[in-house]
Amino acid sequence: MAIRTQPVTVNLGPQHPSTHGVFRMRVMFDGEEIVDVEPIFGYLHRGSEKLAEERTYTQIVTLTDRMDYVSSMLNNQAYILAVEKLAGIEPVPRGVWLRMIASELQRVASHLVATGFLLQDLGALGTPLIYAMRERENILDMFEMLCGARITNSYLRPGGVFMDAPDEFWPALDRGLDDIIQTIDELEEYLSGNELVFSRTKGTAVITPEQLINASITGPMLRASGVDWDLRHRAPYDYYDRITFERKLHTASDNYARYWVRVQEVRESVKIIRQCVEQIEPGPVRPSFDDVPRLIRPPAGDAYVAIEGSKGELGFYLVSDGGIAPYRMHVRASSLINLTLLRDMLIGGQFGDLFVTFGSVDLNMGEVDR
Amino acid sequence: MIGLGLPRGFLVTLKNFMRPAVTEQYPDRHVGLIGAARDAGMNPFQFLVKKPGDSLKAIAGLATVPVAVKQSSRFRGNEFTFFEDRCTACASCAKYCPLGIIEIVSIPGKIDAQEGESYKLEVFDIDIGRCMFCGLCVEACPYDALHMGTSFERSKYVRDELIITKEELNAAPKRPSSFYRPQFEENAFDPFKETIDDYHDAGRHERPSDEDLKKKWVDER
Repeated sequence: MAIRTQPVTVNLGPQHPSTHGVFRMRVMFDGEEIVDVEPIFGYLHRGSEKLAEERTYTQIVTLTDRMDYVSSMLNNQAYILAVEKLAGIEPVPRGVWLRMIASELQRVASHLVATGFLLQDLGALGTPLIYAMRERENILDMFEMLCGARITNSYLRPGGVFMDAPDEFWPALDRGLDDIIQTIDELEEYLSGNELVFSRTKGTAVITPEQLINASITGPMLRASGVDWDLRHRAPYDYYDRITFERKLHTASDNYARYWVRVQEVRESVKIIRQCVEQIEPGPVRPSFDDVPRLIRPPAGDAYVAIEGSKGELGFYLVSDGGIAPYRMHVRASSLINLTLLRDMLIGGQFGDLFVTFGSVDLNMGEVDR
Repeated sequence: MIGLGLPRGFLVTLKNFMRPAVTEQYPDRHVGLIGAARDAGMNPFQFLVKKPGDSLKAIAGLATVPVAVKQSSRFRGNEFTFFEDRCTACASCAKYCPLGIIEIVSIPGKIDAQEGESYKLEVFDIDIGRCMFCGLCVEACPYDALHMGTSFERSKYVRDELIITKEELNAAPKRPSSFYRPQFEENAFDPFKETIDDYHDAGRHERPSDEDLKKKWVDER
């Protein structure tokens, strides 16, 4: 005999530990089954795009740090590449290598956070999260050596980076990369073959590649559905054309596939960093102030540059009217666009899978709301 | 094989029990009798005899010693180091600040002062409460007068106390961070152990003497 149930609407968030920020979901349940989901966001809106219109091009770097605050270096890189394209600045080689190293380290840190919190949402209270955070801590220490800050780096400048890496950075990087591989091995040993993780993540929140492409979702989510799309490979920016790496693909497109792709990408990032360290050449880290002054006045026009961020295609669109500040800045925030399919992923699923799915999308509210 | 994943996972957790802890205690950590005695600078038996009260506390696990947090020398702390003798009141830092929180008022050192002659710095206020410590002002300073500091414990009860003035900056111990100051890294300057007392040591280059300045800016015209 079936139990008679009645749909119930529940507000999850905005102040909820599992929503990774201030995010609200109005969910309608019928028993354990999710009937309808309405994402509500905007609680963290700070108007970064508008603020950028009254700041000079170098000052905006500090705003980009605060968009996706677990991958500041990648935001910096995307923004600086857009400025370089807009103003026609030729970056110096050592600066480019350094910012590639920094941004790949940031990608590792971001994926570790995503994996750790996904498992936290699964109910693995503490252990995987702490192992992941321990590794991220090493990376943040390296950032502190590079630029003096751990989260809000502001390390990049038009044409390169502001300061060369100190001597103690290179041995620390060497040790850190070994530690990352060790942690990932450990993580895989106790999670990738774990029946509890399997039973909770395999086959949940499956979404087809067609749906993902139609919603213009990119990044690990798309690669977990078997679509080979990585901007580092398809449209190489910086010196990614001199680097060889594998694109890890999974075909299941469920929560487990998204977790697996992220873990494998950490390994690839470590390989990329090792190749960068081999190929880095001595020289200045930023162009001289005669070539690139502190106050850049790009010619009137516009530029859009997209990079492969930790969560997908991260693009910056800048419009210049010839002044010292951009006329308009727009950010293609990958988190916001990845959020659009959340409803389709959740409907028909179980209540217990809600936060697992939410964690596997890897949202960052700072980037969604900007 | 089904059923093997869980024990394998617990083996990893067990292995991590054996690893040394990575937890950092802050602002102080608990010590036993030996640690407390070492902190007081004597051996445990002396400590037991001379300070029975403290020893009891240490044995009970209530004694603490302060610990320093591991910081890089480039750390951008919540303070600034300022050398007034190096400052020419050019206001580059104020112009470069994204938030406009640096207030500078300068007056000419004398009537009809020429360019290059010294300007007197009247007001130099930084509103730390609104500062995000991006370091752009330090990057902009052409005379290496303003540096990032390394300390970060600056919480106050009243917001007005977060505006640091020129006098406060001058009186503070000079422990500049090597953020955007490669000369400190070349000299292996450690801001957590030493201070810079002479303003000549703080710059990338010597400040030209007054005669040289006069020759360059006044006599040659």
